[in-house]
Amino acid sequence: MRSDQGVLGVFSYLDSTIQTVKKLKEEGYRNLRVFSPFPHHEIEEELKERESIVRFFTLGGATLGAICGLGFTILTSLSYPLRVSAKPIVSLAPFMIIVFELTVLLGALATLVGLLINSRLRQNAPISMYDPRFSEDKFGVMVVCPKESIRKVEEILKSSGAEEIKFEGI
Amino acid sequence: MSQETTITYSKVNRDIIRMLDKPTVKWWALFLFDLAVLGIGLLCFIYQVYTGLGVTGYRHPVFWAVYITNFVFWVGIAHSGTLISAILFLFRARFRLSIYRISEAMTVFAVATAGLFPLIHLGRVWNFYWLFPYPNQRELWINFKSPLIWDVFAVSTYATVSTVFFFVGMIPDLAAIRDRVLEKPRKIIYSILSLGWKGSNWEWLHYTRAYLYFAAFATPLVISVHSVVSWDFAMANTPGWHTTIFPPYFVAGAIFSGLAMVISLVVPIRKIFHLEEYITVDNFEAMAKMIILTSLIVTYAYVVEPLMSWYSGSPYEWGQTVYRAKGPYAPMYWIMVFCNVVVPLLLWFKKIRTNINALFVISLFINIGMWFERFNIIVISLSHEFEPGAFGIYKVSLVELAITAASFAWFFMFFLLFVKFLPAVSIAELKEILPAPTKEAKPQ
Repeated sequence: MRSDQGVLGVFSYLDSTIQTVKKLKEEGYRNLRVFSPFPHHEIEEELKERESIVRFFTLGGATLGAICGLGFTILTSLSYPLRVSAKPIVSLAPFMIIVFELTVLLGALATLVGLLINSRLRQNAPISMYDPRFSEDKFGVMVVCPKESIRKVEEILKSSGAEEIKFEGI
Repeated sequence: MSQETTITYSKVNRDIIRMLDKPTVKWWALFLFDLAVLGIGLLCFIYQVYTGLGVTGYRHPVFWAVYITNFVFWVGIAHSGTLISAILFLFRARFRLSIYRISEAMTVFAVATAGLFPLIHLGRVWNFYWLFPYPNQRELWINFKSPLIWDVFAVSTYATVSTVFFFVGMIPDLAAIRDRVLEKPRKIIYSILSLGWKGSNWEWLHYTRAYLYFAAFATPLVISVHSVVSWDFAMANTPGWHTTIFPPYFVAGAIFSGLAMVISLVVPIRKIFHLEEYITVDNFEAMAKMIILTSLIVTYAYVVEPLMSWYSGSPYEWGQTVYRAKGPYAPMYWIMVFCNVVVPLLLWFKKIRTNINALFVISLFINIGMWFERFNIIVISLSHEFEPGAFGIYKVSLVELAITAASFAWFFMFFLLFVKFLPAVSIAELKEILPAPTKEAKPQ
């Protein structure tokens, strides 16, 4: 089944959107996309999505930043030692500031990369299925389904209060 | 934002995107005036680079003065943006929603302004890259034990993270603008900036998590940055600088001045763009309460500083304290005390803190007071160190004043562009607190 083949219902009300998602899930449709002008926990709960993996990018970036910070300060200090009386060449207290800053810097940048990769900004729905009103006041439920299920899905969407139905790749 | 309202989702889009309509004649006049001030400052900077730092008021023993004052002032201004956008986000404070975008923009522009001053302050500005660690022929590395290097890392990390945070927060709103504008060039620009955002559940899922992590990073970062800036002074053995209270004192002062600047910026924007429905008196009152808190912390620091200098038994420390209050710089010291300690006391009265005009005037006083606080810490301390024979007076030069004025012009230039090209209020987040349209609540 192609991921750009499906039916889209446009809704004005949040409760109808949530009901539709519930119904579609009960009917066994798993490949759903819900468009909304703002994030909503109830939609998220109904879809029962897996926890975002952006956190692993964050953790990886932050860890790399900490390692870079430690390596950077210690190795450069050893490579060009500035001896001041009996003070240690590798002095961890001031180095921790650099470690902290690099942890935050690489952690934040990795989070950005994680967001850009995982949210699939460019490919998560065919452009023709997107309705500009989704960034204003409408909600959309798109069902990716084989040709033979299209009529059934259309019926569910209509009975749940969809105001418009669009078809893609059919 | 007021809860009992008839604001609908479409109205939010309409009202916020309306701000991006063609600039008016007034906007152009303001923008050109701003560019003129900036141009004069730029000419002065070129003159300074060509002639040397002798054109400033730097004289022995004061070699850190107005430029470093401006640096600390602008870094401080940057702080409340992150406080409002990140710390209050983690605390789920709803009043932040209508003002956080403006304060985030303020953060980014203030850091961009602050970052210029260490460079302007350099005699040979073309060697600025020596501050960064890079492999070179002499196998020479920077000294990571120097607070100035911590500063480089802290401020550049802060600038990067706050810019990313600012941009990511805007993506859904940029998509809303893309979907509404009709002119092709604007549509193309906003399409590129919004990165193809469609508002699907996948996007929101990762977006909300990423936003949380950004906020979690920005929160300790904001505290670290001004602490590090304070160590530029506190690590030195100069009377008036060498004190452990500096990090919390600087962080509280930064938030204090930043909140005042947010009020100074939001009041005119609210009036010009008729955003009274979105930025309510309650929002201002909440900010005023935070100003009261931070003003009390700053006041505490002003009391503890002389107390510690007296208790230390050090004649140099005590001499510095007396010099601040009674010396040739005393008017600046007392302006600081008046603006930062006395004026904010007015905010204890509900009538005053809910009066937008009064708040605006008070915020201007605080901005002035906080600029003088930095000036007093830097200049007065340096001009009166240990040896009476080495005491000296600093007098600001016209070049420094022009460059200081230009820094404000630089900051406001970005701000004027921001209100005309980017959404100044978060469209998506405002919708989160509006009652959702439901079939049950549908009007009959």
